[in-house]
Amino acid sequence: MSAAPGSPRSEVLRLVATLTIAGLFSGLSIVIAYRATLPRIQANQRAALERAVFEVLPDTVRLERLTWNGTALAAGAAGQGKLDESIFAGYTAENSLVGYAVPGSGAGFQDTIKLIYGLDPSGARVLGMKVLESRETPGLGDKIYRDTKFIGEFRELVVEPLIELIKGHGEAANQVDAITGATISSRAVVKILNQTNAIWRPRIAALAAQPRLPGSGTDPANPAAVPPDLERGGPIPGGLAGEKP
Amino acid sequence: MSAKLLTIFFSALLINNFTLSYFLGLCPFFGVSGRLQTAFRLGIANTFVLIITSLATWVLNTYVLVHAPYLALIAYILVIASTVQFVEMVIKKTLPTLFRALGIYLPLITTNCAILALALFQTTRGYGLVEGLVFAVASGLGLMLALVLMAGIREEAELSNVPRLLRGTAMSFLIAGILSLAFMGFAGLFGGS
Amino acid sequence: MSAEKSRFVPELTKGIFRENPTFVQVLGMCPALAVTNSVMNGIVMGIATTFVLVMSSLMISTLRKVIPSQVRISTYVVVIATFVTVADFTLQALLPAAHHEMAAFIALIVVNCVILGRAEAFASKNPILLSIADAFGMGVGFTLALVLIGSVREVLGNGTFLGHQVFGPHFEPWVVMILPPGGFFVLGVLLLGLAKLAEVRSRASQRRSQTTGGEPR
Repeated sequence: MSAAPGSPRSEVLRLVATLTIAGLFSGLSIVIAYRATLPRIQANQRAALERAVFEVLPDTVRLERLTWNGTALAAGAAGQGKLDESIFAGYTAENSLVGYAVPGSGAGFQDTIKLIYGLDPSGARVLGMKVLESRETPGLGDKIYRDTKFIGEFRELVVEPLIELIKGHGEAANQVDAITGATISSRAVVKILNQTNAIWRPRIAALAAQPRLPGSGTDPANPAAVPPDLERGGPIPGGLAGEKP
Repeated sequence: MSAKLLTIFFSALLINNFTLSYFLGLCPFFGVSGRLQTAFRLGIANTFVLIITSLATWVLNTYVLVHAPYLALIAYILVIASTVQFVEMVIKKTLPTLFRALGIYLPLITTNCAILALALFQTTRGYGLVEGLVFAVASGLGLMLALVLMAGIREEAELSNVPRLLRGTAMSFLIAGILSLAFMGFAGLFGGS
Repeated sequence: MSAEKSRFVPELTKGIFRENPTFVQVLGMCPALAVTNSVMNGIVMGIATTFVLVMSSLMISTLRKVIPSQVRISTYVVVIATFVTVADFTLQALLPAAHHEMAAFIALIVVNCVILGRAEAFASKNPILLSIADAFGMGVGFTLALVLIGSVREVLGNGTFLGHQVFGPHFEPWVVMILPPGGFFVLGVLLLGLAKLAEVRSRASQRRSQTTGGEPR
């Protein structure tokens, strides 16, 4: 390029100048657009998250984000951490704990299924389940989020010893009826719940075992405030060795 | 861990094949897939570029874009294009045999949508270095598989008596549709067993 | 200026029919098939692409005498990627649901060959007004093609048009149409239909020229 005849130096300078100006223009426009749209985008994301959480935790009006920092659950994630290391505690208008909304994901029939489900404060029952993202076959596998009966199975569902998928009619409190024609997708949802439970239930149990009950000390006006005693953490109680994912 | 890698591999290779399920890289798919030999080489060149892209994307995501996420798109396209060109120059100097095998396809591939799509998918799915590389290899092989299958069918179709109106693009699309339908049979390979 | 004016309308309309980017040039297939499982997605993708086309053509045509030819492609790519990023953010802010469904494919507008093709083949050689006409025409043609493909796929595959039920409650959706194979099939059949149409037309015009050849009216 620099070997151009005539005045090679000015030629190179011109190329570099063009690219620099293009870069400056592009950087400027992108930053302006980013600045202008950021509040709306964040509001949209927050609204979408709240809608999902409110759906799986009935009567919730307020959320608190709890992030796993490796040893304990801490309130108020610093910045936008990875969603799969966070759960959301939901509170009613009277500030009593409804339960925890837990995101999970796993392989479905076609592609990864992402979902969120509500656990009661003791972690013993599922309160509701909502599929956030999936590419399951329309008309068959997509019933995991269209079929109200299937979604209804995840209200008041007992998770001990494991959630079971039943073809036909499950009577026990920990059984879910598979969708006809979408057994694999149904099984994938149940599997995701069991796997995610194995990770999060001990952590929630550890949180409940701490001296301060979550939510009781937080200032409702500033839900992200971290009480210092939450930082203490503790070992995860064992006893779940049998629940291999 | 390795189960997850296997899932990524077969998902990108068969179930969510870039060409037949996401419609990525269709230009070479319809344009170049007339000859089996060409299709095979293009596939190899594709895989090669995808691997470099995956590495470049990982470096960008880990070290640069954490500070400026809004520059993602422009950074991917510029860095990928220049990295590929740079690697091309290095190969030309050091491994002339390989360069001849990959031939003119290297620069062409840079503007292929499969390349940018790999960078974007790798980012939104949160793949790390190893996962990204497995994903890149599988996607590349998936593209190659689709190209080679298509080329094979088209070589055969040239010898048969096809209605005049169907010849050319229309027939390619219908063949691709049937291939895509066949690949749907791979779905459920991993489903919740 | 008058020559420019007289070319304005043909440059605008050629992209819609005669040189339709999807059906005639067969470019930009990836978005044309990937997002057209519903009419709405087709419309959003079409509008976003038109925006990027018009803005980058305007920019490139304005600067066509300044940009050195050695770095023109890189400059075009930077310009296009900028407008795509802007469109991406705007969609995320205004239509989060549609954006969520298409996410990666909005960003992939950058590598849509139609846009770089118009920049290189038209905007870099023609005055601003004509470049905008050309870009807008191509954008509209692309949008119409997406809407057409999207309509066929959504009506047959889901029994709806823009989300409204079009058949009775007993309609069993032809699901494969909104799945990937349906995209290939619908476009293949549409191309076939267009080829037939072109053949019928050219035959008719041939016949007309034969019969009316002797007597100019």
